[in-house]
Parts: sequence; C-alpha cells; structure tokens
Amino acid sequence: MAFASVLAGTVIGLFVAFALISKHGLIRRSAQTYVTAIRNIPLMIIVLFIYFGLPDAGLVFGEIESFVFALTIYAGAYIAEVFRGGLIAMPKGITEAGLALGMSNIKVNIYIKIPLLIRSVMPALSNNYISLFKDASIAAVIAIPELTFQTRRINLETFKTIEAWSSATVIYVITCFFIAFLLRRVEKRVAIPK
Amino acid sequence: MMNLNTGFWHELWISIDDFAVGIGVALSVSALAVIMGTVLGVVIGLGLTYGNIVIRTLARIYVDIIRGIPVLVLILAFFYVLTIWGINLDPFQAGVLALGVFSAAHVAEMTRGALQNIHSGQREASLALGLTFSQTFISVLMPQALRQILPTWINTVIETVKGSTLVSIIGVVEITLVTQQIIARNFLTMKFYAVCALIYFCIGFSIERFGKYIEKKIAIK
Repeated sequence: MAFASVLAGTVIGLFVAFALISKHGLIRRSAQTYVTAIRNIPLMIIVLFIYFGLPDAGLVFGEIESFVFALTIYAGAYIAEVFRGGLIAMPKGITEAGLALGMSNIKVNIYIKIPLLIRSVMPALSNNYISLFKDASIAAVIAIPELTFQTRRINLETFKTIEAWSSATVIYVITCFFIAFLLRRVEKRVAIPK
Repeated sequence: MMNLNTGFWHELWISIDDFAVGIGVALSVSALAVIMGTVLGVVIGLGLTYGNIVIRTLARIYVDIIRGIPVLVLILAFFYVLTIWGINLDPFQAGVLALGVFSAAHVAEMTRGALQNIHSGQREASLALGLTFSQTFISVLMPQALRQILPTWINTVIETVKGSTLVSIIGVVEITLVTQQIIARNFLTMKFYAVCALIYFCIGFSIERFGKYIEKKIAIK
C-alpha cells in the first residue's frame, strides 16, 4: 500500500516539480496551489475526506483504494518540493549543453535532467519515503487491517497491552531501519561521484 | 429532505461554537507539545553533540527509535501502555506527551545538525578568548544555530499541528473529532470535511507565513 503510493507519488511529484518551475504563470500557479494546500492539510483529513466525503459527490472508493489515493496525493506534494529543490540546484550549463547538442527541451528533460535529478536528490527522497511508510499507519482510522489497527485490536481483545505495543514498536523500528538501510545502499550506488 | 444548500450554511452557523472549541483544543495540544518537544529536543540535541559516549549513545537510541515509530502508534501506546504502570493519563495529556516526545526527537536531530554545521574554529576561538563553555554556547553558537534551525523548526510546528489530528482517535475533542460529531448529526460529510481541511489549511498557512516573516527579520544581512 505504502509502496504503491510512493511510486505513484514520485511520478506525480516529478511532473509537479517541472510545473513548479514552469514559465507559464497558470501552470506554475496551479502547481503551487496544489503543493501549499496539501502540505498544510493533515493526511488524516485527506483520508477521511476521500473515504467518507467523496461518496457525497457520487465517488465511492473502497478502503484501500481511497487510502492509496490519499497517500499518493499527499506524497506527490512533498516529493514535488524535493524535486523542485533539486531542479533549482542544477547548473544551467547542463541544459544549455543539451540544447547546444540539438536536443529538444523535452529530450533534455528526459535524458539529462531527470536521471541527474533522481541521483542528486536521492537522500532527501529516501527520508520522505521512510516518513510515508510511517504515515501508512493512518490507514488504521478507516479500518484497514494494517499493523497499527491490528495492534490496537489485539490490545483490546487480549489486554496484553505492553506486549502488543512493544511488538508493534519493534516491528516498525526494524522495518524503518531496514528500509533506511536499503535506501542508503541505493543512495551510495546512484550518488554522483565527486 | 430540506434544501441542502441553505442547510449547509445553517449547519455551519450552529456549529461555529463547536469548531471554536475544537480549534482551541487542537492549538493547545500542539502548543504544549511544541514547547515540551523544543525544550526536551534541545537538551537531547546538546547531548547528541557534546555529551560523553554514554549520553551520546542514549540520546542516539532515543532519537532513532522515536523517529522510527509512526506518531499514531506513539499516541496509542502512550494512551494504553502507561495505564499498566498505574499512570492514568486522560486522552489530552497522553496526546500532548506523545506529540511532545515525537517532536523532541526531530528537534534534537536539527539541533545537532545546526551545531555541527558551525565551524569548529569558532569554538576554538572562543575558548582562546577565555570564554567558558556556557558563555560560548549562549553568545556564539546559539544565535547562529537558532537562525539555522528556524525554518525546520517551523516545519516541525506545522507537522505537530497536523499530528494533533491523530489525538482524535483516543477521544480528544479537537477539530477532527468535532467535525466527525457534526457530521454524525447532519450527514453533510463532504462539506464538513472540506471545512475541516480549510481550517487546518488556514492554521498551517499562517504559521508558515509567520515563520517566513521572522526568518526575514532575523536574517544576517
């Protein structure tokens, strides 16, 4: 669930990041609105809005679909900011060199900027991925049986409070360390050599 | 069925008091949590940077573990687990404590980052001038570190306000739970969640703007 949202969020983030630095006022403005709005609204409200609110407008999603949808929108805004930072930091010479070689703007973006971008923002990106994984615990509020929801159920059914919450903690911490470890490996592999 | 359009404005009008209470609770949970998180976080951050090996390891363990746990789990854990040892916190206290502990870990990390970023020559220079450690810290390191921390700290404040939605799950009547209660009364689900989102947006946006303003004010020219 977290994985699907993170992937989709990265793609959205990439597009929005380009929109954020676009020369067209309208595109830039709407991308900015999206990012500012989403970053200031708690994820839980987005989840509740999509799961309970949208059926009012005739859009009914299942629990998992609506959560993935919410987390994707949320992730998109945060990841867009990361990518925007990376794009701004990119030296102008790179674009100019690409254009001088006769590449079109789109080709420069796809073949030169995006690969470099992903490599340079990987550390910031992996931080975001880890917090998105943790945010997936919010799925518990619409009764998706993930780790937090199950822990709470076990706690209330068996009254083994300490056991339940400490195992949940251990599982989360270990999973986070594991993801962090994997992402560090990826970071090292893709890092731009200095 | 009454006309939904006028119904919404009427419902909104009669819920204003509830929302006001909710906003007050949400803001006080966040404010208390931020104060606690900042004080605790700075202390732990100092431990991380200047402590001896034992203090440093303990602080590292704290920060890494807390940062690895979702806020929701922390809130639920504080609410359920502490009762075992006979500490009965009401939902409000448990929420503040959980959010405070959470933001402390983040503040600690950014304090460490800011302090380590300051060139070590400055510390040596102050020692050479005969300043004690606390003098160095207060008049040399802290002013620089504060400027560097501010943008991230503002982010943590916004995150904490957003995190305060989660305390609705243990029954603190803040904006989210107020919204849910209102919706249970009038079934205007989408509209009232939109109102709720708008309230959070206004709070977050004004904190962000205020932060930018302060940042400009104290920037070194």
